[in-house]
Amino acid sequence: MKKAPTIITGTVGMDAHVIGTKVVSRALKDAGFNVVALGMQVSPEEFISVAQETNADAILMTSLYGMAELDLKGFNDKRMEAGLGDVLLYIGGNLVIGRYDPREVEPRFKNLGFDRVYPPETDIVAVIESDLKKDLKARGKM
Amino acid sequence: MDNIRLLIDFGSTFTKVVAVDLTKEEIVATARVPSTVESDITVGLGEALRKIEENTGIGNLEEKEALACSSAAGGLRMVCAGFVPELTSKAANLAALGAGAKVVGYYSYKLTQKEAREIEASAPDIVLLAGGTDGGDEKVIIHNAEMLSRTGKNITNIIIAGNKTTHDDIKAILRENSKNVIYTKNVMPEIGTLDVAPCNREIRELFMKNIIEAKGIARAKAIIKDVIMPTPSAVLEAARLLADGRDGDKGFGALIVIDVGGATTDVHSIADGKPARPDTIVAGLPEPYEKRTVEGDLGLKYNLDRLTELCKDRETPPGFEEIVRSFHEGKLPQTEEEIACHRLLTCLTVEAAVSRHAGRIEVVYSPTGERLVQYGKDLTGVKTVIGTGGPVIFSDNSREILSHALYREENPFILKPKNPYFYVDAEYILYAVGLLSQTDPKRALNLARKYLKRI
Repeated sequence: MKKAPTIITGTVGMDAHVIGTKVVSRALKDAGFNVVALGMQVSPEEFISVAQETNADAILMTSLYGMAELDLKGFNDKRMEAGLGDVLLYIGGNLVIGRYDPREVEPRFKNLGFDRVYPPETDIVAVIESDLKKDLKARGKM
Repeated sequence: MDNIRLLIDFGSTFTKVVAVDLTKEEIVATARVPSTVESDITVGLGEALRKIEENTGIGNLEEKEALACSSAAGGLRMVCAGFVPELTSKAANLAALGAGAKVVGYYSYKLTQKEAREIEASAPDIVLLAGGTDGGDEKVIIHNAEMLSRTGKNITNIIIAGNKTTHDDIKAILRENSKNVIYTKNVMPEIGTLDVAPCNREIRELFMKNIIEAKGIARAKAIIKDVIMPTPSAVLEAARLLADGRDGDKGFGALIVIDVGGATTDVHSIADGKPARPDTIVAGLPEPYEKRTVEGDLGLKYNLDRLTELCKDRETPPGFEEIVRSFHEGKLPQTEEEIACHRLLTCLTVEAAVSRHAGRIEVVYSPTGERLVQYGKDLTGVKTVIGTGGPVIFSDNSREILSHALYREENPFILKPKNPYFYVDAEYILYAVGLLSQTDPKRALNLARKYLKRI
């Protein structure tokens, strides 16, 4: 049997809203994943170096304060440079300020390299079952 | 009945011996003679013991119990190789420094052939391989072990302190080799955790068992029992004993030891280094409670060029350049002007070395306002700063020199001590305290309390 995939979690940039990432980490652990929980205010560079050192399979970022796009400026270039093109990238939360249409926001984050983008109040257990496991399997990581 | 213990330091230039009366807890005699590692280490040691016999009238010194440390024959020279520079590479480096080594090479990511040749040419006593958290990356450390397997006799000792799941693969790679390979716990078992103690122990063990033999230091065993550690490690042991105390003596609490030498300057801090302000975010790899840094470009004898560079924007005493040139030629400071120049250089050494050792604050401007991010250790609250090493001990104004370790309002982002007491190791006994702490910690502490001079 293959070992459990390693998933990194944390709130990106200067966002200190830690509850979301704690819920995500807990759900991942319960589902049997190996979780590296970085907590709050994790810089994009830290996500990258930790993913290298832990040989991570996916990064699940959360952000609530609406400034994620600013925090993630240049992220895709950096992670490609670091040889992490193969690492699955998800982000979820309140990604821009105010009420917004997720369909409008999603492409902006996909351009930053994210494979999946989730609006507020997403059911994380459903995401793990329907998306994460499927994506990991598709990449031969599970 | 006397109760004399001999504490010996085989240095690269001098062999120093301190004879201590354990019952009275006092220094009986000290001696300093040129080291004779190149020919036969016992010659110099014998001479030092004769000197002590002459001064004290105590005979049969060879039969007394003795402990020794050594930095002779280049000290303990190590190369560290990890994966990500600010993670496992840094962790490996901290582990080597904490074991008293001199890090002669420092690498990250997969080693290239050129780098492997470089390592081989530098002929280190030990190569320390790290890389990957436990269960994490395997590619880099396995690749690096493969590169080392192709090296020749110059590399004999290898310590593997990386991702534990790679041990079996590495064993298979190095099996056909005659190299001495030691497997120990990962220096960074998971992100955010530094575990250097097991690696430190292996380094010291290797030093005692193999390395002193190879360097001819083990010959001293004809006279004394054992050479137990590298000298910087003895100083670190002393610093820890002084900070933590022993048996009812609470010690000095968090402290910094600055050891200024001819070729390098060591800084040791024994402090948790937590942020003084609760709203500060701590970033990067957590640094060890006992942290040692070595500044290879700051020394009062062999690195004068670098020091003069630091003086560029400062006011210098008259005739400064000419006097420094004379230091280059081996002149010792004698006249008032020369002493002033030497002091200035020492001050700048201390300032630069402590600034690099201490943590720093960065102000990050975020969408939600200003945030303080701390890297490394906050030493602003440290209350004890101890100076040692010739240029500090023998200076006419050690206090001025050590005051260059202080926090400065002009640069509030470097977290140096704000209001400490200063001590100088006037009798040059810190290494001896460290050695003695291995067998008689309470007495070693009392000795240090007696002979460290508050200035």
